[in-house]
Amino acid sequence: MAVTVTTPQAVEPYLAHFERLRAHSTGPAELAELRQAAIERFAELGFPTLGQEEWRFTDVSPVTRTRFELAPDTAPPAGADVEPFSYPDCLRLVVANGRLVPELSDLAELPDGVTACGLAEAVANHPGLVADHLGRYASFDSHPFVALNTALWSDGVLVHVPRNTVVEKPFNVVVLGQPGAEPVALFPRLLVVAEESSQLTLVEQYATLGSGRYLACPVTEIVAQANAVVDHYKLQRESIDAFHMATFQIHQDRDSNVSSHSISWGGGVVRNDVNAMLDGEGCEATLNGLYMVEGEQLVDYHMRVEHAKPHCDSHELFKGILEGRSRSVFNGRIYVHPGAQKTDAKQTSRNLLLSPEALCNANPQLEIFADDVKCTHGSTVGQLDETAIFYLRSRGIGEEAARSLLTYAFAADIVERIRVPQVRRELEEFLFRRLPKGDIVRQAV
Amino acid sequence: MSMLEIKNLRARADEQEILKGVDLTVEPGQVHAVMGPNGSGKSTLARVLAGDEAYEVTAGSVTYRGQDLLELDPEVRAREGLFLAFQYPVEIPGVSNVYFLKAALNAIRKHREESEMDAMEFLAYVRDKMKLVKMDETLLQRPVNEGFSGGEKKRNEIFHMAVLDPVLAVLDETDSGLDIDALKIVADGVNSLRSDERAFVVITHYQRLLQYIVPDVVHVMVDGRIVRSGGKELALELEERGYGWLEQELAGVAAPAGA
Repeated sequence: MAVTVTTPQAVEPYLAHFERLRAHSTGPAELAELRQAAIERFAELGFPTLGQEEWRFTDVSPVTRTRFELAPDTAPPAGADVEPFSYPDCLRLVVANGRLVPELSDLAELPDGVTACGLAEAVANHPGLVADHLGRYASFDSHPFVALNTALWSDGVLVHVPRNTVVEKPFNVVVLGQPGAEPVALFPRLLVVAEESSQLTLVEQYATLGSGRYLACPVTEIVAQANAVVDHYKLQRESIDAFHMATFQIHQDRDSNVSSHSISWGGGVVRNDVNAMLDGEGCEATLNGLYMVEGEQLVDYHMRVEHAKPHCDSHELFKGILEGRSRSVFNGRIYVHPGAQKTDAKQTSRNLLLSPEALCNANPQLEIFADDVKCTHGSTVGQLDETAIFYLRSRGIGEEAARSLLTYAFAADIVERIRVPQVRRELEEFLFRRLPKGDIVRQAV
Repeated sequence: MSMLEIKNLRARADEQEILKGVDLTVEPGQVHAVMGPNGSGKSTLARVLAGDEAYEVTAGSVTYRGQDLLELDPEVRAREGLFLAFQYPVEIPGVSNVYFLKAALNAIRKHREESEMDAMEFLAYVRDKMKLVKMDETLLQRPVNEGFSGGEKKRNEIFHMAVLDPVLAVLDETDSGLDIDALKIVADGVNSLRSDERAFVVITHYQRLLQYIVPDVVHVMVDGRIVRSGGKELALELEERGYGWLEQELAGVAAPAGA
């Protein structure tokens, strides 16, 4: 395999960004040390290349070739611009160009004892929480984009739900890119701590205001302590000029239950690393996703579920719909540690190719070091079923509408699993818009 | 004018000829039964009539109410009043049975330049049709055929037929695998839809169905051709004697002298 070496020129601008940030950064020494360690690791790792196993289908050279400036402190977006992403009945936090915008956020109904604020503010006001958790779960040791985020984040969101507290309303974190004339890079950082027996729902939306190239490089860490329940949704709907290099790290203590649905239809090159560490007995993790891409889009999901303790269940179901010359990568690793007996891990990835030029690479990887476990994986790549198309047409439905209905049907079991009605509606509306004869699909479902 | 006139129809799939010259004429108000052994081409005939592109018509003609049926796309055939009840109805997850039918019916009504039904009108209309096939309300709300039992799927086909109100309905082995209660429900559904304007082509492997849906004409299909036609007594004869004698008779006729 051809091995390309990242040129130092690609790395250097980020080292310079770091130096500039360090010059006027305040905050605790531990944080400065963490950032320092991260930038050093980034300098060692460089950007990934196609020669590396974890990146062999995802060419990030468009990112490395582009000179991204750190997103400037532009004027925050107008309220009307944020309106499409402001779901009713949610606790809203808006992060624009990497910075929390308090005037666009709405935390009026935040329950007592629950913390939701900008991460920069949290460093000042909740230093203990930040020190205890930030960077403890998402490792930058082998992942240059996590290293970059850890070194360069300037703001983001902290959510902390104390013991035995149930937050009924979903948190709606809206992360907006506001690209300008020059390419910019954003490094939003999210930290969510659900203490023992607490419960919360979190929606992360990634969207673009305006046009222009930019890099969104977010890292989200979610800690579910014992018996906590977290329901997470990510909606990636950025513009086609966005590069999206994200890591989502889940850490679960005993008896916790985390479910996540990752929906992706935006961005030009999208990489999502989704990692779950099941680090206590009796955990349950559900990691589902749906992506729909077209044109030259590339979407890459790299899953890693680690069963470190016995009696944990994990379920993964991913569906992909590919049109045009788009490509998808699904790499599903399940790692069962020695002693993690009675592990029940299930992984399914299904891809629907609507065009002969679309391409999917699916690669399940099971590494099992315990002997009393149940691990299954299945992966399919296919086209619409011609018999089903004929069935629908035989009832009077036109061919295009029949294809759209079946495409919708393919996506439906992910759509139906979404428990936040606003997110579900958003996804349905997207499908009705995107699918030809969507008005007939809308009528028929 | 006959409702349906099939002349010397030949069709193949994957290079194999299945229909080898079918002739069949159906008048309005009639029920025709097409019987025959497995592999004789009965289901292929049904699918070719409905427009399945998996089959290639190589010769012959099909005239439906004065039009060349073979020229029409499957959905246009449906909108022109042709209905095929599938032998193996397809599961469509995420698409609700009732809303799907509304979309289908409205596509048909639009084609006929009738006004589309709104949700309230449609529900009232559908409730009426449900009674015909004793459909459970829950099957209405569920995704099309998903998780339905074999009998429920077949009943759902008859329900679709009742809702879409076809001119010519082709039933492809709708009776296969049904217990007697389900069979009666299917037959009652068909019988209640019989009228002077509507015709049925009922394809079946078993004579039993014809005790409940009494046909005007019975055809026997063997090796891609209709080899015998008669009244309902023919079905009884087949029940007693099987298909073997017909196949032998044919072989005798076709075999070269001295063989």
